[in-house]
Amino acid sequence: MSIFLYAQEITEENVEYSRENSKCFLCHGNHMYSFYNEILEHNVTKRMNPYFVIDSVLFYNQNHKSFECIDCHSYDYRSFPHDNELQMEPMPACLDCHEGDDATADYNFEKIDQEFLESVHSTKHSQEFTCWMCHNPHSYKINARNNVNIKETIVYDNNICLSCHADVDKYQLITNMSNPNIIEKHEWLPNQLLHFSSVRCIECHTQISDKVLVAHLVQTKDKAVKLCVECHSTNSRLMAKLYKFQATETRSNYGFFNASILNNTYIIGANRNLYLNVTSFSILGFIVLGIIIHLILRIRMK
Amino acid sequence: MAEKIYLYPVWIRLWHMLNAFLFLILLGTGLCMQYSNPGTTIIPFDVSVSLHNITGILLSILFVIFIFGNLFTGNGKYYKIVWKGLIKRATKQFIFYTVGVFKKQDPPFPISKKRKFNPMQLFSYVVVMYVFIPLLIITGLALFFPDYIPTQVFTKSGIHITDLIHIIIGFALSMFMLIHIYFCTMGKTPLSNFKSMINGWH
Repeated sequence: MSIFLYAQEITEENVEYSRENSKCFLCHGNHMYSFYNEILEHNVTKRMNPYFVIDSVLFYNQNHKSFECIDCHSYDYRSFPHDNELQMEPMPACLDCHEGDDATADYNFEKIDQEFLESVHSTKHSQEFTCWMCHNPHSYKINARNNVNIKETIVYDNNICLSCHADVDKYQLITNMSNPNIIEKHEWLPNQLLHFSSVRCIECHTQISDKVLVAHLVQTKDKAVKLCVECHSTNSRLMAKLYKFQATETRSNYGFFNASILNNTYIIGANRNLYLNVTSFSILGFIVLGIIIHLILRIRMK
Repeated sequence: MAEKIYLYPVWIRLWHMLNAFLFLILLGTGLCMQYSNPGTTIIPFDVSVSLHNITGILLSILFVIFIFGNLFTGNGKYYKIVWKGLIKRATKQFIFYTVGVFKKQDPPFPISKKRKFNPMQLFSYVVVMYVFIPLLIITGLALFFPDYIPTQVFTKSGIHITDLIHIIIGFALSMFMLIHIYFCTMGKTPLSNFKSMINGWH
């Protein structure tokens, strides 16, 4: 009932939603589901497999919120009980819909796919590693492009990485290797907590890309950024990554370099100030000049 | 020949030398962090951060030693400012530095057992040691534990404001050091004040 009402509310916002989905959510939107067992001739309540529970609130807030479940899943799911063989159905990939799609041309899905295929996620793993491993089809919402709150984007995007790298069960879906301990592997990083809450994993672990807005070429650990000055400098790589969407100007009216960073945090080396630089060098110059003149006069009057 | 005065006890001399040494490291590493760029940095950023942290902590310990030394050895009496007539006395000293010194005039406030600093020195040393250094240490410690700095202060990044205060004071102290070293060449001979800081006798 609540799902139905929610669907109605959203419809009032002039967004087209499939009312058919409410039938699916009757079971898949809850941890329990009930049905009439024709053999037992009474209603039965069972627990839903937790991996098949779909959060309807997240679903109706994500990128594909207007989709009907059977847009991606088999039409045969409309009948209950579902046929077991349906579980074997192949899932569509992003390019199945987005390849050559003019409506989403800005996202450059073809380049994203190319970067993904060159990334360790693809080259080191089987074909089981698809877009859906990171981008949950039932909840994924574009963040970096739309969200002005960088901190929220950082948390959202890092949680995507952590959904595998901090979850042994999901990690072992695709590999037998032991999941590296993120904290231990980053012990070399000073102020670890501050770094983890101020930048996304992909700032250091992906190659900078000019053609896509969010880099997808995740590299091997030996190629990860370890040189502090890559970010802690006026030519900070963060301007080509996390702040790519806001990097419309390199210096603010107050003279700070990489000013868009300052709306959220501060990075030593990257946010030096032109006016303070000029002022301090001028003061230093005047003092040195004063000392030299004083010294010369002292020598001459000796 | 004027009578020699034993003005700088061992602890003061050791403190002063260590303080100067640590401050130079802090200045160098601080500059390397502030002006870090790939390929042009003298000390690598990560090395600068570690060195800056260690020397910063050591300098803070030295400051505590200085405070306790001043409290319990009597050296603190030299840092007491008599505010009445301070501007007049400081002006007199300023005129000596800018005019009198070239006319071979005697300093208006010669060093004695009772008066280690002239009025300008006294004021600047008190500001440096009791205002600037504590502020530098407080902001430095805050940057050492950035998780405790408020995220936003007056709509600006708390870390940014803390760092701005830290580097502005650091710069001011660097300028003080430059002037301090030059003024030390204005003793009886250009090296006499430096020798005093080694053997303790003025």
